[in-house]
Amino acid sequence: MSTFAHQFFSGLAMGGVYAILALALVMIYQATHLVNFAQGEMAMFATYMAWNMMDSGLPYWAAFGLTVVLSFAAGVIIERVIVRPFAKAPVLSMVIVFIGMVFIFNSVVGWIYGYEIKDFRSPFPEKAWFGNTLMSSHESGVIVVTFLVLALVYGFFRFTPLGLAMRAAAQNPASSRLVGIKVGWMLALGWGLAAAIGSIAGMMAAPVVYLDPNMMSSLLLYGFAAAVLGGIDNPWGAVAGGFIVGVMQNLVGAYLVGTQIQLSVALVIIIGVLVMKPSGLFGRVIVTRV
Amino acid sequence: MVTRRELLEYASLSAVAAGAGLAARPLAFGADMPGVTATEIKIGQTMAYSGPASAYGVVGRVEAAYFKMINEQGGINGRKINLISLDDGYSPPKAVEQVRRLVEQDNVAFIFQSLGTPSNVAIRPYLNAHKVPQLFSATGASLLGDPKHFPWTMGVNPTYRTEGAIYGKHILATKPDAKIAVLYQNDDLGRDYLSGLKDGLGEKNLGMIVKEVSYEVSEPTIDSQVVTLQGSGADVFLIAATPKFGAQAVRKSFDLGWKAVRYIVNVTASFTILKAAGLEKSHDLITASYAKDPTDKIWSNDEGVKQWTAFCQKYMSASVIPDANAVYAYGVAQVLMQVLKQCGNDLSRENVMKQATSLKDVPVSVFLPGITVSTSPDNYYPIRKMQLQRFDGENWKLFGDLISG
Repeated sequence: MSTFAHQFFSGLAMGGVYAILALALVMIYQATHLVNFAQGEMAMFATYMAWNMMDSGLPYWAAFGLTVVLSFAAGVIIERVIVRPFAKAPVLSMVIVFIGMVFIFNSVVGWIYGYEIKDFRSPFPEKAWFGNTLMSSHESGVIVVTFLVLALVYGFFRFTPLGLAMRAAAQNPASSRLVGIKVGWMLALGWGLAAAIGSIAGMMAAPVVYLDPNMMSSLLLYGFAAAVLGGIDNPWGAVAGGFIVGVMQNLVGAYLVGTQIQLSVALVIIIGVLVMKPSGLFGRVIVTRV
Repeated sequence: MVTRRELLEYASLSAVAAGAGLAARPLAFGADMPGVTATEIKIGQTMAYSGPASAYGVVGRVEAAYFKMINEQGGINGRKINLISLDDGYSPPKAVEQVRRLVEQDNVAFIFQSLGTPSNVAIRPYLNAHKVPQLFSATGASLLGDPKHFPWTMGVNPTYRTEGAIYGKHILATKPDAKIAVLYQNDDLGRDYLSGLKDGLGEKNLGMIVKEVSYEVSEPTIDSQVVTLQGSGADVFLIAATPKFGAQAVRKSFDLGWKAVRYIVNVTASFTILKAAGLEKSHDLITASYAKDPTDKIWSNDEGVKQWTAFCQKYMSASVIPDANAVYAYGVAQVLMQVLKQCGNDLSRENVMKQATSLKDVPVSVFLPGITVSTSPDNYYPIRKMQLQRFDGENWKLFGDLISG
C-alpha cells in the first residue's frame, strides 16, 4: 500500500512540472496558435541563468524573481527579432525555426556551462511538510507552485483588460486592430509570458532531474502530451493533463507493463483519448463555419 | 601509395613554398607501414566533443595534450605522434564516416581510444575488414573483447561485466543472506552490469536478486523505479546507472529512508556526481575502482599523482585535475606508449596489434598499486582487477584486496 501511495504522489509531483510546462505551451498557443518546440530549451537556458545567479551568491527568491523577469524580456525579444520576420511564412517554416532554436540553445549552454550535471537548490526546506512521509517538501512545493501559476494565468486572462486584449488579438486579429489593440505587441507579450512560465517549470524540475543541457528534452515531451491531453487551449485542462500524465506514467510502469514500455503505453492511452475527443479532455470544441 | 589528397597537398605546398627551398614532403615510410614516416606516426580517434556524452570529450583533449608533451620530449623512437581526433557527437553513423576518413584520407596507422560503446561497435566491422588496429576502445562493454571474431579490436577498461561480478562476489562474501535489488539502464551498459552481478553470485544464488528494474535514458527521472525497488523489501541496492540517473537514485533511496547497502557503479562514482546527489546522502556507498583519485589525500605524496598534477598545470588547466575521465585518459595514453616502445621501428599494423596483445604487467602511474595491464592473443581484457572503496561523506576510502571479476 505504501509503495502504491509513494508511486502515486511522486507521479503527482512530476505531473506538476509537466503541468507548468504545459501551461507555457498553452500560453503561446493562446497568443499565436503555434506550438513552440523550443519552449523546453528556453526554460533550460533560464534555469542555467538562475543557477549562475545563485552560484554568485544571490538568495534563492531573488534569483527566482530575476530569472522570471529576464526570461520574460528574452521571450519578448525572441518574438520581436526571430519569430516576427516569419509571421507571414508557412507554419512549416516556423517549425524549422523552432527546431533551430532547440539546437542553438542546447549547444550554446553546453558550450558555456559544460555537460556535467549540476545540483540545483530547492527553495523548500529539507524536512517534509506537516510530517508528510509520502512526499518531500519539494514535491509538495511543486504542486503548490503549479496551482499558483495556474491561478495567475487564469486570473490574467479572465480578469485583466490586458488578458482580454491578448485573447482578442489571438482570436480575431483584424477586429482587435480596429478597436485599437496593438496585435503585434500582444504576440510578443504572449511569448514573454510563456518564457517566464517556462522558466518556473525549469526551476521546479531542476532539483528533481538535475541541471544539464539535455534536462528538458524528455520533460517537454511529457509537457506536450499533458497539454494535448487536457486541451491545448485550456489552462485548467493543461494542468489536469499534467497530473494525469505524471501519475499514469508511474502507475503504468510500476504495475501494468513494467518500465520498458511505460512511455509507449502512456502515449498510446493519450492517443486513445484524442481519438475519442480530438480537442482534448477539457478542450473547447471549435466549429469553423466555412 | 600516394593518395590524391597527398598529391594535392603536395602541389599546394610546393606552390606556396616555391623558391623557398622547401624539400618535398616526406612520403609514406613504406608501403606496409601506413601513417608512418621517418619522423612521424599518425593515429586517429573519434571522440564525443559534442552531443549528449560530451562530458567525455576531455579524454581526447588530455590525450592530445599528452602526445604534445611526448613530442616536446623528443617523441617515441625519434618519431612525433600526430593524433587526429575527430568529433562524432556520440553518434555511430558519424563515427563510421569519420573513421573511414581517418583510414582512407588521413591514412592513419591505427585508431586509438575511440569513445563510446555504440560508436566502437559501429566502426568495428570496417576496421577489422581493413585490418586496422582499433586499440583501447574507451568503453567497458564486454563485447568489445572478442578476439575470435574481431582480432583487430581491443577495449581497455575493466568491463562492466567484470565490475558487476566483483560486486556479486563481495555481496556473497559479506552478506550471504542478502536480498538484492538492481536498477539498470536498459542498454549494453546496464545489462552487462546485471549479467556480471549474476556471474559473481553464481548459478545457485540467483534467487538472491529479488527485484530488477530498468529505465530508459529518455526518462526524466527514475524516482518511480526506486520506489518499486524499495517496495520489494531488498536490503542491498545495486545502482547500475549513468551519472544523472545514478545521482537521482542515490538521492531518492536516501530520501525514502531505505536502509540498504548501496553499490554504485564506477562510471557514476565520481565526486562531482556525488556532490550533485548530496554528500551526506552518498554516505557509505560502495564502488569498485582501478585508478587513483587525485583529490584523495592518501595520494598527496604519490609520484604518479604529482606528475599528473604537474602535467595538468602545464598542458591543460588545474580544473581538469580531479576529473576521473581525464585521469583515465592519461593512464591509457601511457599504455599506448608502452605498445609503441615495444614496436620499435616496425610500426606496421600487424606488429602494432601483436605488441598490443603481448603486454606484460605494464604499470600505469595513475592506476592503483597492484593494478597493471596485461594482454595476450586470446585475452583482450587489459585490466581485470579492481579494488572496492567506500564513501565516508568526503572521500572514497579503499578497503579490502584487489578483486578480479
